[in-house]
Amino acid sequence: MIYFDNVSKVYKGNHTALKDVTFSVAPGEFVSIVGHSGAGKTSIIKMILGEEKPTIGTVHFGSTDIHALSSDDISAYRRKIGVVFQDFRLLPNKNAYENLAFAMEVAGKTDEEIAADVPHALDLVDLFDRRWNFPNEMSGGERQRLAIARAIINQPEVIIADEPTGNLDPINTFEIVQILEKINTMGTTVILTTHNKGVIDALNKRVITMDSGSIIRDDKQGKYAI
Amino acid sequence: MSFVTDFKRIIRSGIIGFWRNGVVSFASILTMTVTLFLVASLIFSNAILDFSLEQIQRRVDINIYFYPQASESVMLGLQETLEQLPEVHSVTYVTRDEAIEQFRERHKDNPLTLQALDELGANPLGASLNVRAMDPGQYGMIAEFLASDHPSVYTAQSSIEEVNYNQNKLIIDRLNAITSTAQQLGYVVSLVFIILTVIITFNTIRLAIFSSREEIEIMRLVGAENPYIRGPFMIQGVLYGGVASIVTLVLLYPLTLWISAHTRVFFGGMDIFYYYLNNFPQILLIVVFVGVLLGAFSSYLAIRTYLKK
Repeated sequence: MIYFDNVSKVYKGNHTALKDVTFSVAPGEFVSIVGHSGAGKTSIIKMILGEEKPTIGTVHFGSTDIHALSSDDISAYRRKIGVVFQDFRLLPNKNAYENLAFAMEVAGKTDEEIAADVPHALDLVDLFDRRWNFPNEMSGGERQRLAIARAIINQPEVIIADEPTGNLDPINTFEIVQILEKINTMGTTVILTTHNKGVIDALNKRVITMDSGSIIRDDKQGKYAI
Repeated sequence: MSFVTDFKRIIRSGIIGFWRNGVVSFASILTMTVTLFLVASLIFSNAILDFSLEQIQRRVDINIYFYPQASESVMLGLQETLEQLPEVHSVTYVTRDEAIEQFRERHKDNPLTLQALDELGANPLGASLNVRAMDPGQYGMIAEFLASDHPSVYTAQSSIEEVNYNQNKLIIDRLNAITSTAQQLGYVVSLVFIILTVIITFNTIRLAIFSSREEIEIMRLVGAENPYIRGPFMIQGVLYGGVASIVTLVLLYPLTLWISAHTRVFFGGMDIFYYYLNNFPQILLIVVFVGVLLGAFSSYLAIRTYLKK
């Protein structure tokens, strides 16, 4: 479903962020990418989202070359992917309901579909009672749950979670990972980056380990190895 | 996705954004109000300039003085001919009696002159025609006509004592030069002010949108297309301009009333307040048009920075 083919990324001043990265993710998989800060995890995420272009190599989503897409096609493509970030990235001037509704509006859903699906998604992450609250009125865990609800609301094929638990305490972390696992069992591919050992060890799923821009391990049922 | 649904959502989201970012909206409206005040004051100062220049121009004329014994039919004939010229605005006939009366009036503080006049017994003054042109630049042509051999001029020629165009020529020429310079200066000053205010407004809106750059980034990540992100911000720009123009138009009412009360004499009889009321539809149109367009266009330009890549 996602294919990295010999991807390298070199920034100005010869700083290499990725070096000959090749891997693929199958539909329905749950893949964790681990590594120290600066190992290249975020660069991989940005490439999947089409935010950054590789210096060498190609990234494919299905049969489309992501970095050959026009800016309009990129927008359409991004709607197939749900993203969860460490810093939540919720719209600060919209309340919980509107944050989800916006993602659906953007995807061209009708008002009826929005009215039907948003409460359902809020329920799934246990935020229905908080639907009229703005992000700054919510706790970190609540914000991240809302971000997950937004990521799944358009039923994407892939969910990308970039250090989703980085700002959360252990209990909230556990909750978030549980929600991600639940989404995965419903058939959605999940790509998770983290440096939380506990999360990786508890998942017992595929782990790609990175160091200095290269993949150093790729284990079917991995543990946190660095 | 239907265009109408999109449009509705963009408008709704723009209005909500305008309302929720109250402080930013307030600051933007304040700046735009100052801008629109400048635009309005340019309209007023141009009107005052035009009015004053017209007042001055109105004082310029040509007088045709006749000998005291000139026959009235010749003089009235010449008046009629002159009135038919396209350059002529009006011709006033001043009879000998009116002339002596005006003379007395002008010299009423000078008993010596009046005494001398009384001693003369008979009225020594001739009648005259007072000619005003449509435009002060046309006096030369009228003077030329008076020197030509047009039949009605020809018959009057022997009765004409003097045409005072040549004395007035210097003043008329100088006035023409001042008028056109004043008008050009007015345009240049207006242009400079308009450019300045556009820059100020643009910067204000740029700052307003800068505070939303993260929001724009998130919208892009969620997969919103550029027009869908830009739309609500342009609506907000339109609202800033709209509200600011209403505030401006409302504040202009007491302001012009106050200015008018204090400056009517100074501006040569022009009443700014009545000018405002009489030209309200045009001023409203200009102020709202400038405000809305400036708001929308500034938003469009400001957000462009964040939608590239």
